[in-house]
Amino acid sequence: MQKDEIKQVILDCEVEAGDFSVGGEASSKLKSLLHKLGIPAQTIRKIAIATYELEINIIIHTYGGSLKAEVTPSEIRVIASDKGPGIADLEKAFQPGYSTASQKAREMGFGAGMGLCNIKRYSDELNVETEVGKGTEIEARISLRESGDSNE
Amino acid sequence: MKIKELVERLNLEVVVEGDLEVEVTGGYASDLLSNVMARSSAGNLWLTIQGHQNIVAIAQLIELAGILVTENFSIDDDTIKKAKELEINILRSKLDTYELSGKLYQLGIE
Repeated sequence: MQKDEIKQVILDCEVEAGDFSVGGEASSKLKSLLHKLGIPAQTIRKIAIATYELEINIIIHTYGGSLKAEVTPSEIRVIASDKGPGIADLEKAFQPGYSTASQKAREMGFGAGMGLCNIKRYSDELNVETEVGKGTEIEARISLRESGDSNE
Repeated sequence: MKIKELVERLNLEVVVEGDLEVEVTGGYASDLLSNVMARSSAGNLWLTIQGHQNIVAIAQLIELAGILVTENFSIDDDTIKKAKELEINILRSKLDTYELSGKLYQLGIE
């Protein structure tokens, strides 16, 4: 990866904890921005799914955080960072079906233990940094180069 | 087949009319939102018993043809309001998800 390529921040917004009603708004905003940039539909779908899961994770699992998206000529980076509580067992968190979501979230159809799996599946690269008591930062990178659809 | 035709054939209630001329490419049934995100395709009709706002966000993000709320489950006012804003079709039926899936299959929606 070229480190010095042009980078543009196209989304930077706060995501409040526990506010299900606005779940998806940041993702939706990002999606329409990507449309305007002329990104192919298949790539937008991958980014939309990864971003939505990141956004919902902040709402369900954290004390609040932010969602940021950067675009370069070669890729999109979606960065979700939160103010805690951090992920105690990262390996478990990536296990399909494992979830620590509340009963309320589960009744709404969240908390299936698929979120991180989906993010991983639809990203070309995923970096997670987490510390219990501090917070988590997840960076999902999706390539804008041709034929990045092998994840389907 | 267009959503409009499905409404007529299956006697569905139109809760929010976004664009009933849209072509349905297939269907997907689940009440787990992450499954829907991962497994359904653009143009699908989504069968669920969920009626909260987030169903609209999902339909919009992955470009579903519409949402079919089954078993006459209640749909929140906020959901309806948001769907109107984003022009997302929301339909409803008293039949359950299993019966509706069968009927949709018979009509060639696979």
